[in-house]
Amino acid sequence: MNASFPSFAHPLARPLAALALLLLVDFAMVPGFFHLTIKDGHLYGSLVDIVNRAAPLMLTAIGMTLVIATRGIDISVGAVVALSGTVAAMLIGGTMVIENGAPSYVSRIPMGYALAAAMGAALLCGAWNGVLVAGLKLQPIVATLILMVAGRGLAQLLTDGQITTVYYQPFFFIGSGYLFGLPFSLFIVAVVFAATALLLHKTALGLFIQAVGINPVAARLAGVRTAALTFFVYVFCSACAGMAGLMVASNIKSADANNAGLLLELDAILAVTLGGTLLAGGRFSLPGSVIGALIIQTLTYTIYALGVPPEVNMVVKAVVVFLVCLSQSAQFRALFLRRTVPA
Amino acid sequence: MTSLETTAPGPVLALSHIHKQFPGVKALAGAGLNLYAGEVHTLMGQNGAGKSTLIKVLTGVYTPDSGAIVFDGRPIAPRSTHEAQAIGISTVYQEVNLCPNLSVAENLFIGRYPRRFGMVDWRAMRREARVLLAQLQVDIDVSQPLHDFPLAIQQMVAIARALRIEARVLILDEPTSSLDEAEVQLLFGVLRRLRDQGMAILFVTHFLDQTYAISDRITVMRNGEREGEYLCRDLSRLALVNKMVGAVATATEEAIPTAVLPATPVLLRARGLARKGALLPLDLEIHQGEMLGLCGLLGSGRTETARLLFGADRLDAGTIDINGRGQAFAAPRDAIAQGIGFCSEDRKHEGAILELSVRENLILALQAKRGMLRAIPRARQQAMAQDYVNWLGIKTASIETPIGALSGGNQQKVLLARWLATEPALMILDEPTRGIDVRAKQEIMGFVATLCRKGMAVLFISSELPEVLRWSDRMLVLRDRKGCGTYLRGELDETTVLHAIAGEAA
Repeated sequence: MNASFPSFAHPLARPLAALALLLLVDFAMVPGFFHLTIKDGHLYGSLVDIVNRAAPLMLTAIGMTLVIATRGIDISVGAVVALSGTVAAMLIGGTMVIENGAPSYVSRIPMGYALAAAMGAALLCGAWNGVLVAGLKLQPIVATLILMVAGRGLAQLLTDGQITTVYYQPFFFIGSGYLFGLPFSLFIVAVVFAATALLLHKTALGLFIQAVGINPVAARLAGVRTAALTFFVYVFCSACAGMAGLMVASNIKSADANNAGLLLELDAILAVTLGGTLLAGGRFSLPGSVIGALIIQTLTYTIYALGVPPEVNMVVKAVVVFLVCLSQSAQFRALFLRRTVPA
Repeated sequence: MTSLETTAPGPVLALSHIHKQFPGVKALAGAGLNLYAGEVHTLMGQNGAGKSTLIKVLTGVYTPDSGAIVFDGRPIAPRSTHEAQAIGISTVYQEVNLCPNLSVAENLFIGRYPRRFGMVDWRAMRREARVLLAQLQVDIDVSQPLHDFPLAIQQMVAIARALRIEARVLILDEPTSSLDEAEVQLLFGVLRRLRDQGMAILFVTHFLDQTYAISDRITVMRNGEREGEYLCRDLSRLALVNKMVGAVATATEEAIPTAVLPATPVLLRARGLARKGALLPLDLEIHQGEMLGLCGLLGSGRTETARLLFGADRLDAGTIDINGRGQAFAAPRDAIAQGIGFCSEDRKHEGAILELSVRENLILALQAKRGMLRAIPRARQQAMAQDYVNWLGIKTASIETPIGALSGGNQQKVLLARWLATEPALMILDEPTRGIDVRAKQEIMGFVATLCRKGMAVLFISSELPEVLRWSDRMLVLRDRKGCGTYLRGELDETTVLHAIAGEAA
């Protein structure tokens, strides 16, 4: 890294620099990394791949950002991903029938209802977390731990621990379809991101979340509805995870209660942290979290592309994450400055 | 610089020509300080005069840009509090910075547990802890967690800890701000004994009475400079205030005209207000445009009353009517909706949201009152913040500066503005002038009095009796969580009120 990085003023500068650095490595090491082609009117290439695969993580990280900004944490998002995907996949099911010689797909119940049911399940999960944290004042990590275990268990119960395959073409569009030449999932992320950003800036939500995150006592005394706000962010976070669950299930064309969204909560927390939001709550950055998600996915891609053996894969990832986290530490940067810049 | 005739030998600690520049602010511009063995030396100055910065330079928290610190004839340059302690300079900060969940003994020996055979020697630790505290005439169970003890005792523990490190200079940064009168006397007793043993003590306070009760010498700071050093007996109160403010202030005590019973309608009427462990049934009435003072000792139920009226705590019993309509406040926002505002005594934990900007802090209550969806447009927020900054004379680099970067008095003004922006019918001010300087105090109470005349009712809580006497139309005296009489202004003088508070016949 160059010596000027500690002087970045803009909060997004550091995550962006980390991402750029990773892309630079890819540019140097992976032939044709930035190569984009258009096949059948669809854009193809490594970059598209990375962004597409990062979509569920980006969604989850957006929801997680608001929770962390209120000093909370939600470690149940992976389970919610599994649960919402399972509900959708099981309700859609689907068979291919040949009518008049042409194949067509029939779902168990209309897809709209199935998606609504899946989202309903996610919202219920969020409401559960919200009641535990905002109502019963449980510690967020403990409160959401319950659902982390129970949510995936419930999904496994629904599927008997089996992978339930979906045979219904329209459902696949969510996770693998293309719109205007770009993956459809990106449009979902863009819409959720824009809607959230709008909500934060056009209403006082952003101010209230920060106030509660920094000083909940003072915020309550100033008239902020702290409990309602806390409840809301957990519901919102689960809703994002629910959408991510639909994406994942659609992408793998099945409900995999055992593995869908597994450890996603940790990646989401990491993405938020990499984006510059402090786990202590308060000031947060929504775009930062999205960039954080992209960093994580680019890193995974890079490791695979470089042919790093699978067994050291996790270690490499850990080292890179560690370095990025170090670069976020003001104390470490001060140390670095003192060493490299002679007084 | 002032030269003084003194019998004492040279100072044990001398700071001279200290400069310290922060981004955008010159905190110290040639400040100085001489501490002598066997003296209590009080550092006085308004907020922003540079007292805190000077102490931080002295204790190694900040490194000065230039200047000299001489300890016992040797120049020193402490780079951390640890280094300063090793040299012999111990500090007790305004907020007790100990670990409340650890025992008293552990707090005293933290980082330096006595060891025996490689293990912590708990018995020796407790024994030595008792000895240490006995020196301060404090006799408590040192194995109990610190938070079981009142603040004054915690303060004593902090002092004992500072003394354990064989200090020759003891610095006390506003140690009395959260103590009641009896606790202050206890603390002063300890300070006098330490002084007599030859310790050089630096005492920082805002209370004039305490300054004169304990000081041998006073250094006044103004605008980052040493205004002068005086022997306490040579400096009158009026002269001291004038030197702090830097202007010729007229006599602080002015004649207080007798008030008449307010003729305006009753705004708020509370009957049988009670909460277990906080307040015994209390009746009170506040008229429109009236300032009702609440006085009583710490723990008499002043703050508890305010919190109940504001919906911050639940009532166990009693009713609150506003303009004749019954109210049931489940949360502060319900009280805010009825036009009540509340400035808490605990600015840092219950008022300011330190990392948010002046603007954000200022509009917060109004925004909460309007509801989340009706966001105040950015341009209006800025205009409003700028207006209040101008009107109240808030000193800040910009309205986007985090409120945590402001001095205490300026933070208090922002919080006052936060409530004024909601245009309250009743403003509850709990110790609005605690820990802020004389001028800011006058200014804040002046603004409040102006609004009062325009019809805003005020419930004013202060432990500084002269302030309550001076500003309130009526006074409600509380004693031991009970109301014990309402008096019109001018009916009583300080002495009689003191007797009422103390529960003695005048």
